Amino acid sequence: MVETHGLLPSAAPLQLIDPAGQPGQNPGELPFPEPDVLVGLHRRMVLGRRFDTQATVLAKQGRLAVYPSSRGQVACQVGAALALRDQDWLFPTYRDSVAILTRGVDAAETLALLRGVWHCGYDPYEHRVAPQCTPLATNTLHAVGLAHAATLQAKDQVALVLLGDGATSEGDAHEALNFAALWKAPVVFLVQNNGYAISVPLAKQTAAPTLAAKGIGYGIPPLLIDGNDAAAVYAAARAGVERAAAGGGPTLIEAITYRVEAHTNADDATRYRADDEVRGWLGRDPIVRLEAYLRAERLLDDEAAGRLAAEAERLAADVRDRMSTEASADPAELFEHVYARPTAALERQRAALLAELEELQELEESAP
Amino acid sequence: MTTVMIPPAGNTARQAAAPVTMAAALNQALADSLAADDRLVVFGEDVGTLGGVFRITDGLAAKYGEHRVFDTPIAESGIVGTAIGMAMNGLVPVVEMQFDAFAYPAFEQVTSHLAKLRNRTRGRVALPVVIRVPFGGGIGGVEHHSDSSEAYYTHTPGLRVVTPGTPADAYLLLREAIRCPDPVIFLEPKRRYWSKETAVLTPEGPPIDRAIVRRAGSDVTLIAYGGMVATALEAAEAAVEEDWDVEVIDLRSLSPFDDQTLTESVSRTGRAVIVHEAAGFAGYGAEVAARLTEQCFHYLEAPILRVTGFDIPYPPPKLEQFHLPNTDRILDAIARLQWEDGGA
Repeated sequence: MVETHGLLPSAAPLQLIDPAGQPGQNPGELPFPEPDVLVGLHRRMVLGRRFDTQATVLAKQGRLAVYPSSRGQVACQVGAALALRDQDWLFPTYRDSVAILTRGVDAAETLALLRGVWHCGYDPYEHRVAPQCTPLATNTLHAVGLAHAATLQAKDQVALVLLGDGATSEGDAHEALNFAALWKAPVVFLVQNNGYAISVPLAKQTAAPTLAAKGIGYGIPPLLIDGNDAAAVYAAARAGVERAAAGGGPTLIEAITYRVEAHTNADDATRYRADDEVRGWLGRDPIVRLEAYLRAERLLDDEAAGRLAAEAERLAADVRDRMSTEASADPAELFEHVYARPTAALERQRAALLAELEELQELEESAP
Repeated sequence: MTTVMIPPAGNTARQAAAPVTMAAALNQALADSLAADDRLVVFGEDVGTLGGVFRITDGLAAKYGEHRVFDTPIAESGIVGTAIGMAMNGLVPVVEMQFDAFAYPAFEQVTSHLAKLRNRTRGRVALPVVIRVPFGGGIGGVEHHSDSSEAYYTHTPGLRVVTPGTPADAYLLLREAIRCPDPVIFLEPKRRYWSKETAVLTPEGPPIDRAIVRRAGSDVTLIAYGGMVATALEAAEAAVEEDWDVEVIDLRSLSPFDDQTLTESVSRTGRAVIVHEAAGFAGYGAEVAARLTEQCFHYLEAPILRVTGFDIPYPPPKLEQFHLPNTDRILDAIARLQWEDGGA
């Protein structure tokens, strides 16, 4: 007999709090988070949402080169980031700015890539957040490698990697799941299934019953969860982290969520999906349901909500201010980080560029 | 093949000169690197129990343990991608791609991440990863086993690309590649794996980015690398009969390019021929010819010529002899260097 126990996901997504803010009907074995965790999830979601809407506005104003909004997915991003321990690593994609912010990275540093200042604006080692990854699923392998290196060096460290439903079709996702299972690497794969890979719906992406169901083929226990339920995301990710840290190997989580905005500000989502569909998902807002639960449990009142709203506005104002100042980018730096030390050829190219710029400046200064 | 000793710096030699194959020298370099640095891990397809299809990792798993030398699934992108993550977390991965053409599935990880991560993070993330790739033809391999893929890598800023031409240099260059803080594509000329040299293996010598003059000469500079170094040396000896005094330079480092050594030589000889197995069109030799023309134009007596493989997919074993550069083609190229005009 081949043992498949624990390798089949639930038929329906696990849920701890339903869209109305009531206890979910399908909690599975997910432990319900403590009240302070729920309050923290709510706070970070409110801040993350405000950051996200502000960034979308900044992109429309041309202050960001592009912004892939994670509106609708805030429970996934916040739940995942808060489930990590300090020593753990987060491997985000381009859509996961809110997860990065929640992990503690400075807001302006988080936006450096999308502002076009530099490819990665933060020090990955400071908060243990890998650079935002644009080529799909490639970061899954980095997470597995980093996690396996932790095992080899007897470090208590887990890597959580974020990927989308579209990314599960990439070969690297397959290789990463296979390597992780084989090595029992301390990794959590969190698939944010937001329904679309730009315009292509999941039905055109896979014939698998669910993405979580793919876990069985790799020997990885999967969890299918309601990705708009921050409590469920946190509980599932936390369970994955604890399992990994205890030597139990990887976990595959599929979180069902929805990308409320278009792919980026450059995309037109009306070309491939109906308004009704979007409206339906707006009715399953992750913040609304957790707020309803917290209020019913007397964990949040008007005064606390007001303070939080003010904090969110301060964050947004800070982001606006800092994105409105001229970005300083030094052309000489282009040659700095290609190799540990610039090659002689790069030194010559830097000198040529600087001479060119100096000449331009002299021309400008001498112009009448 | 011609015996060329790399002079040991100081008294670092730990052994008397003895015949050694390139395969054995590479194996020794890996063993000594594993012994020298606890952070080193060696992995890839069949590198553990089997010791690699070319036996370059023979005995390493038994000696250093399967936590440091291990087999992976057959997944080249997975091998390079996980090596990147390991390097981010303090290890020094040395991975093997089984053959040149089988490294292509890893191309995205190499070009989008391995080569760029230092740059993307403003120098905060260094990736001291070595990717060993047996490359080139001349072994009678069926299709997909004989590609010369160097230009794909040299065209990617952020990578170092090196290839040894002799057993002793295979040892030195691999030690240097492993010590290097940059990612290194280490191309191993598989047709020379079993060629012997009487040499002392030493980790001290010319730096990783320096070309070596393998044979001094005054009439023409013959530029080669990897498997073509021995062919170039043979051609240089044959050229003596024609009264040509040929200087042979082994590039070692394809990227970065050692402008200094090459410019000095070509400015002195006034003539140059570059040899490689890869197709000539947009090949590595085009870059060498272009930059040496830019830097040495006023010293040149003739256009810089290329002796390369044809612009065809690598041929089947029974036809590869017609494709590969040989001493005759090199001598023909030398003969076409405008001797009647310039005067040797």
